[in-house]
Amino acid sequence: MAWILIALPLLAAAVAFLPGSVRFRVRLLPAVALLHLALLLAALWRRAPLPATAWLGLDALGSWTLLVISVLFCLCACYAPAYLALRPERPTRVFVTSFLSFLGLASLLAQARHPGLVWVAMETTTLATAPLIYFNHNRRSLEATWKYLIIGSVGIALALLGTLFLAYSAHMGRLEEPLLFPKLLAGAGDLSRPWLRAGFVLTLVGYGTKMGLAPLHTWKPDAYGESPGVIGALLAGGVTSCAFLALLRIYAVVAAAGELQFARELMVGMGLLSMVWAAVFMVRQLDIRRLLAYSSVEHMGILAFGIGIGGRAATFALFHLAANALVKGVLFMSAGNISRSYASKRLPYVTGAIRRTPVSGWLFFLGFLAITGTPPFAPFISEFNIAAGALAAPHLWAGVAFLVLLGGIFLAMSDTVVQVVFGTPNPNRVRTPYRDTVATTAPLVLALALSLTLGLWLPGPLTTMIRSAADQVEGRR
Amino acid sequence: MLTDLLIALIVLTNFSLVTTNRINKAIQVAVIQGVLLGLLPLAMGLGRHLHILLMVAAAVGVKGWLIPYLFRRATRKIRIHREVDPYIGFTSSLVLCALGTGLALLLASSLPLAPGTGFGLFVPASLSTLLTGFILLITRRKALTQVVGYLVLENGIYLFGLMLVEEMPMLVETGILLDLFVGIFVMGIVINHISVAFDSMDTRHLAELKD
Repeated sequence: MAWILIALPLLAAAVAFLPGSVRFRVRLLPAVALLHLALLLAALWRRAPLPATAWLGLDALGSWTLLVISVLFCLCACYAPAYLALRPERPTRVFVTSFLSFLGLASLLAQARHPGLVWVAMETTTLATAPLIYFNHNRRSLEATWKYLIIGSVGIALALLGTLFLAYSAHMGRLEEPLLFPKLLAGAGDLSRPWLRAGFVLTLVGYGTKMGLAPLHTWKPDAYGESPGVIGALLAGGVTSCAFLALLRIYAVVAAAGELQFARELMVGMGLLSMVWAAVFMVRQLDIRRLLAYSSVEHMGILAFGIGIGGRAATFALFHLAANALVKGVLFMSAGNISRSYASKRLPYVTGAIRRTPVSGWLFFLGFLAITGTPPFAPFISEFNIAAGALAAPHLWAGVAFLVLLGGIFLAMSDTVVQVVFGTPNPNRVRTPYRDTVATTAPLVLALALSLTLGLWLPGPLTTMIRSAADQVEGRR
Repeated sequence: MLTDLLIALIVLTNFSLVTTNRINKAIQVAVIQGVLLGLLPLAMGLGRHLHILLMVAAAVGVKGWLIPYLFRRATRKIRIHREVDPYIGFTSSLVLCALGTGLALLLASSLPLAPGTGFGLFVPASLSTLLTGFILLITRRKALTQVVGYLVLENGIYLFGLMLVEEMPMLVETGILLDLFVGIFVMGIVINHISVAFDSMDTRHLAELKD
């Protein structure tokens, strides 16, 4: 089963790369996405305990992350054909190939049981997604791609060094290859502490760069700002989730080795720093996509913060992974619709979206309310519980800072969002033929409905899965 | 003994890299560094493993031939030869690099080595090379010099990997080879596009996007 989830999207990517009919290629995308989700659900339905020597396999943490990615991917893939139809001048070949390869490599990452394999998968997802950022083929998208590749590659290189440090600490503890995670976790007590700590710092910086934690997020506003909305959604919900998972895998080893306190402090620090940084750059941000990119920096910060607080907050940080991915999908794709309709993504030009594209305008506004933690959407549940966990824990000040930052970010974002959605339309606006259609809005409505559902009711099997994933992260297993 | 000599030479190339203002020379020095590193496993007596020999061949081939070839094509295409007015001057970069090397020694002294191995110089040299790569990446304006920075950073990781390559060949070799591939990917594709779109690979042109 593990192989099919990886091979199916990669094979489909190879097929999409062959010259062929555009219609077939574009339809391949949602078909493969739905099939992947169905196969994943089937695999989760009959999940057997993994043998300790398996290189690939779905454990609770990997399953949960892959489920989030697969659902988001389905939503993006169902939206993509309508988007590509609006851009007939751009070749579909690279787009579809990169999209599908990402899904295959994310499945590899989620199932990888070896730190080296995790690293390989993370590196290849970076390469697979880089052509997507260059989708528009202009100077600005080239600049964004350049930054994404060079900063991302440096981050990934540091993560490799961190992985090698981890391997060296295992070597000092007389563990032998292959260093599968079960072996590392079981022998965590023997790992050499100085190397393990240094290795964790390096992987935090390295995978943190790919997640977009401040101060290593500088590629993010450019990459998200210059690529189409649907690609932004995949990057903000998919690639970041992959990097987060890669980081958590190492975090679990550090926790099992009894260095949980050290790792927690670093995570809380990085998390709060990201939120502060995001809040500062959101104030008077005129570009709606860059605004969303900073919101993504903020939410990566929330994830790191929640994990760092630990206990209940860590469980809800994992839940937040899904909440963030779904709502980011709604926001990026509706912002994409709005800017398509205005032929701009900047404030003085994009105002009064509610009249021009009512459905996308409402979706964008509701998405904004959801992401800033307004009940009853899913991000409210996770943010509330993370804050509650922080206020109960010994670091009260961190909880207070977290709440203050959430409030500040709400104000900073609302300033721009309210003008975009409800402002008076600019008299010199450009006329474009774009109007909302079912195909460009239905996937977004579905995503918002899902995040509303998760906010009100979490199915039992998912609760169990998140709980055991959180146990895994904190090394309680 | 030969190993120590090679490592000392590698650290010297670091200093040479941060002080040069000619891009061609920086590329040459990076190539020398890459080849020295490529030969290091042989000096360490690891030549008896076939898989390590293959990795050495790949590393020397890519760093000694393929990457300089790509660089030459790129510089011929756009005719730029000098790194002008970097964000931090050449003298200050040298001081930074020296401080970085000191810091690397300090950091390395707090990381214990497995008993009975003669890797005393590996960790500080690897960290120092890593920091040199960082300095080049952060303080230079030309896309080409930034790629040199990435290659130097990667050299630092390669040097560290050599400490483990005998015990954990699979992990180290996959990592190193994939990193090399990324270097080529970044070099080949992006630089091709940048030179077409901008006629010069100054990343100052790549500064439209900011807040």
